[in-house]
Parts: sequence; C-alpha cells; structure tokens
Amino acid sequence: MEQQDSPPLLELKHVTKIYGGGFLNSENRTVAVNDASFIIQEDQPRIVTIAGESGSGKTTMTRMLLGSVTPTHGEMYYRGKDYRKLNRRERRQFQLEVQPIFQDPFESYNPFYKVDHVLHAPIKNFKLAESKADRDRMVVESLQMVGLQPDETLGRFPHQLSGGQRQRIMVARALLLKPRVILADEPVSMVDASLRATILDSIQNLNRDLGITVIYITHDLTTAFQISDDILIMYRGNVVEYGDVAKVIHNPQHAYTQLLIDSIPQPDPDNRWGEIVRATGTEMVGTGRQTDIFGIDAEGERSYEEVEPNHFVLRGGIEMDDRRAGEHTPAEPLQPDSMNPVSNPSLLR
Amino acid sequence: MTTATPESESPAAPEQNDDVALQVEGFKVYYETPRGTVRAVDDVSFSLKQGERFALVGESGSGKSTLAMGLMRLTRPPGHIAGGRAVLKGQDLISLSDEEMRQVRLRDMALVPQGAMNSLNPVMRVGQQISDGIIDHLPEDEPKPNKAEMRDRVVALLDRVGLQPMVARLFPHELSGGMKQRVAMAIAISLSPSVIIADEPTSALDVIVQRQIMQTLGRLQEGLNASVLLVGHDMGLVAQFADTVGVMYAGKLVEVAPVRTMFKNPLHAYPRLLIESIPTLDEKKRLVGIPGMQPSLLNLPPGDVFAPRSPLKFEPEDALVEPKLVEVEPGHWVQLSRASVEDFDKYAHLVDYG
Repeated sequence: MEQQDSPPLLELKHVTKIYGGGFLNSENRTVAVNDASFIIQEDQPRIVTIAGESGSGKTTMTRMLLGSVTPTHGEMYYRGKDYRKLNRRERRQFQLEVQPIFQDPFESYNPFYKVDHVLHAPIKNFKLAESKADRDRMVVESLQMVGLQPDETLGRFPHQLSGGQRQRIMVARALLLKPRVILADEPVSMVDASLRATILDSIQNLNRDLGITVIYITHDLTTAFQISDDILIMYRGNVVEYGDVAKVIHNPQHAYTQLLIDSIPQPDPDNRWGEIVRATGTEMVGTGRQTDIFGIDAEGERSYEEVEPNHFVLRGGIEMDDRRAGEHTPAEPLQPDSMNPVSNPSLLR
Repeated sequence: MTTATPESESPAAPEQNDDVALQVEGFKVYYETPRGTVRAVDDVSFSLKQGERFALVGESGSGKSTLAMGLMRLTRPPGHIAGGRAVLKGQDLISLSDEEMRQVRLRDMALVPQGAMNSLNPVMRVGQQISDGIIDHLPEDEPKPNKAEMRDRVVALLDRVGLQPMVARLFPHELSGGMKQRVAMAIAISLSPSVIIADEPTSALDVIVQRQIMQTLGRLQEGLNASVLLVGHDMGLVAQFADTVGVMYAGKLVEVAPVRTMFKNPLHAYPRLLIESIPTLDEKKRLVGIPGMQPSLLNLPPGDVFAPRSPLKFEPEDALVEPKLVEVEPGHWVQLSRASVEDFDKYAHLVDYG
C-alpha cells in the first residue's frame, strides 16, 4: 500500500453490521448497517449529520465509529490504522480524540456528586493536569467555551441545573480532552425548543472556532439542515442519499428522502401535508422482519450516482420519483396489508 | 346549554352558544407543596367549539398537560382543581361526583394519552382492552353487545384507525409505537365522544409515522364531528393540524387566535419569539432561542410574569400590572401587558389598568 502523507482521521470502507443470524438462525438476522463508506478528513473540519428514523442504523453506526461495536464486514481506520489493531498508546489517543456526547445528559450524571466531578474525572483518568490549579483553570476554560459561567455551574448538583446547562457541561467535558471529532448522538432531543438553539449554537462554535469535526446523529432534519455541512440519510441500514446538506434537503432524489422531508411538519398553516401515499414499512408487527417498500436489497454492495457535485443517491430500488411524495393524488393513507405477513410474503423472508 | 354564566368576567364568556362543545372558565389546578402553592394552571378560560381543532402549546412546565388532565379530572395529589368550571353538554364537570365523571369519560370526552406504550395493559390482548372500555363506559340504557357484536365493533374500530382485524389478537408488545398510538385512538373513539383530548399523541414517534397518526386523528375528528384539544410543544405540528391555537406561559393563556393569525401576526411577545425561533428548511440562519427561563410557579410574583424575558422596552411599573386576557378582534384573545405586547397602545382602551 502506498504511504500517504496524512491518512484521514476516520475512514469507513464498506462497513456492514449484522445482528443475530448465524448458524441455524437465519430468521433473526438484522442488517443494522449495510455497506457504508465514508471519510472524515482532519484538515477540513465539517459538521456531518447522520440522519435517520428509528431502526435506520444510525445508533449502530455511532457505536461502530466509537469502536464499541465491531463491524461484521468491512474495515474501519483511525489515522490510517485498523480499528482492531490499535496498540495501547494509539487506543488512548483515539479515546481522547474521538469524544461522544449522549442524548440524555441527566443519565450521564451521578446525582450524588457535584457537577465538578464529571469535569474532574477525565482530567484525572487521562492525567491531563499537572496540578490542582492547572486542573481548575482547564475546567473554567472549557466551561467558558460553551458559554457557561463557571461560578453559576461549579459546586452545584445536577438537579440544580437546567437541562440546557447539563447538556452544555457534557460538551465542556468532551472539550477538556481536546478532541478532533465529537460524536453528538441526539444531543437536543430531550430539551425544549428554546434551549435547543443554545446547545446547537455551542456545538457549531466548536466546529468554527476550534476546528473540531462534529458528527451529528439525529432524526431531526431541520436542525441538521441548520447546522451541518454534509448529510447522510439512512433508511433501514442503508445510506440512501448523501452529500451537501442544502442540495440533499432542497433537491431530494431518493423516494425515501422525499417522503421524509415532506413529512416534516412545517410551521406554516398554509403549507399543510398532502395525503401520504405509501406506508414506509416502519410500522410493522413485531421486530426483526425486514421489509422494504422502496425495493432496496437487504444486503449486497451499494452503488451511488452523483446527481450533481457532492450529491449522491443510492442506485437501484424503486424508480426515482420526480414528483414529491406529498403531491400524489390522494390514495390509501396507509396500506394495512403491507403489515400483514400473509398478504405480504416479504415479511416472512 | 343550561348553565348560564352572566356577569362572568372571564374572557371567553359564552353567549349561550350551541356550537360550543366545551366551555372552560377560570380553571385552576394548584399543587400544594411544603414550600407553598404551585399554580400550575391559573385562571384559564377558553371555549372549544363543536368540530374545532384547538391546540394548546407551551414549553414544558407551562401547564398545558396539567390543564388537559385537569379537564379529564385525572389530576393526582398533591395537585387539585382549585377553582373554575368546565361545561360539557350543559353540565359542569368539576361539580360531578367521581362516578358521574367516570361515565363522562370515553362516552363524552376521551383521552389519547402521551406515549400510548405506557397506557395499554401489557398482559391483555388489544381487542379485549377495546371491548373492556366499551363495556365499562356504555350508557345504562344501551344494551350490552353480545360477543359477536362486540367483535364486529372492535374490528370496525381497528379499521377506522387503519389497523387490521388481526391486531385485536395481539399484545401491546407486539405492536410498533405508531400502532400502539392507533390502538389508543381506537379506544378513545369507541363511544363516539364529542371531545377528544390528545396529549402529545406523537411525541415519541418518527416523523413519517407522526404524520400518519395526525392525519388519522384528523379523519376521525371529522368523521365524528368531534372537537379535539391537542396538547403539544411542536409548533410545526400545530400549524399542520389546528384551527385555533392557545399559547400557555407559566400556567396562563397569553394568546388565543385562529391558526393563521397566530403564525402570521401574533401580538404577544412570547408566541412571537416562539414562532421566530423555529428553525426551517428554507434558509440557514443563526439559531436563536428565547433568552431567560420560565419562572418557578411557586409563589409567582404578581404582574406580567413574561416581562423579564420580553425583548420590548417598558417601564418597570408596567410589568407590575396584572395583565388581562382580552378579545382584541373576534376570536383573537391576547393577554394585554405593556411589557409584552408591542401594539399595546392600540388596544389600551380595552383594558382599565389605571
């Protein structure tokens, strides 16, 4: 292999994760992520959104990126090194450079410790500070970076802070480790709309001011559009469309992306939803059965078409819709038949 | 309506209107705590017309869910209904006995709960849960359906919410979130109530499923000509669904208006900021929230409680005046305060603040 000057920070090559299945148990196979590839370059710090609904595979993707789930097929590289072959020192550096922020900040706290504890713990674990004074200076700096007043937050217990403050402390904690990548998994789904803006704004600042790459994992396309540069739309384990966020959102090519964007409740009473034409297969009986009304193969290699610069769409499956999903002639709002294993044999596959 | 409400100073006072399904006047739900009284819902008045979709919105802690639960008389201690009336079909729900209220539920007024996953019985088949509701709340003068009639009824209800007959034999854990919410809707409409209260019915659902559920709820409402009180915080959902919007802040209604008026020309600063802060898919702009926090509802100071967050310029004494909810044009009510309403002077003649 040719030696490159600087390998990308993170690279995924044809990564697939299959749960269950195995010998004599092919019925319960779930393809959580199928043949996903992408690259995070260090010299172009961007905000990349992985968007999808429940069951789309975005959580599995996050866990694989963090190294806590190993892919079934495919390779993952951190600074050119295979995830599975990191030595002790590289592993420690990986843990410093790739930092997660989770959904519910309250669950990340021990209610009996003051919030100072969550900030001191990583400094201690990674031996980042030389002295107490050094440690305190780092804590104050990182709190200020996310727009918090140290004297209003330190010395308090988690329940004495607002949800927005708690979530921003988690961002501050991640910052202590001077990460290159922050994985933010639904960081604002538990907070009120008015606080959402503040948290997302502080995440955006990290990218702009500190050059940190942010991978924003969400189901909310509106905030994704507002803060990110690039987006990957996931549907049942597949990346169905990806590229520049404005291009994907304003000119969606895949039928699933079109339906998804069309279903976002726009805050405009004069622009209401049309009747929905097809069920998406998201409402099914039980779990584990894979059906796909978009005609995407459950497994196999993916090929993408570049419809315009930096805008790719999954080839295959059903014909691309040139009409937007919501503007079809009114039809059956929901096809209950699609949920019936008897009339829909694909459910039994 | 038999109960007359003369000289009531409540803003939405009825004019003996036959098309009003639910008349709420001066409704109060308080929580008694060792540190004082929490006025979760304080003197709220509005009317829900027959066939109307009324959305109650506000931040968490604004009292919207407490109000909805209070109207169903499902407030739990230490909360209690501290005053007011809620008149449905000529009877004040607040004065009913517990047994009389139980009869009203489901038959006249039904609830589609928040997170149907937790409201269905996990060890009972869906069909059984639907028929139990029907049997429990059926009027005495109506004959109890036999087994075959009941089965037909359950199947018909499932069909109306877009579910197959086979769902009747399933247990809740075999259903997806959207299907559970559909079952909750089937139960809610089982006795054709005139008022349906839907408390954040889609809060845990994916966006496409949310759309399907809201469209189903809309069809059911039209089919029954029922009134829906939708409680939620998602302004987008409200714009898609409601005819009328009421915005709550710190236990009070600050503005009630037809949906277009609310989104195009809100008068109170709070709904205005709430609507301005919604991110859209049209253009990228810096995300802005509403500065400040909702006040603690414990021992609230008198006056305009939104004033500390209001972006308007005003004199400190303006914030001390207790603002009144006033009808500024037909169907458009605003809590008039110099501190929070930019066009206050235009409407100053409607109030007497001295």
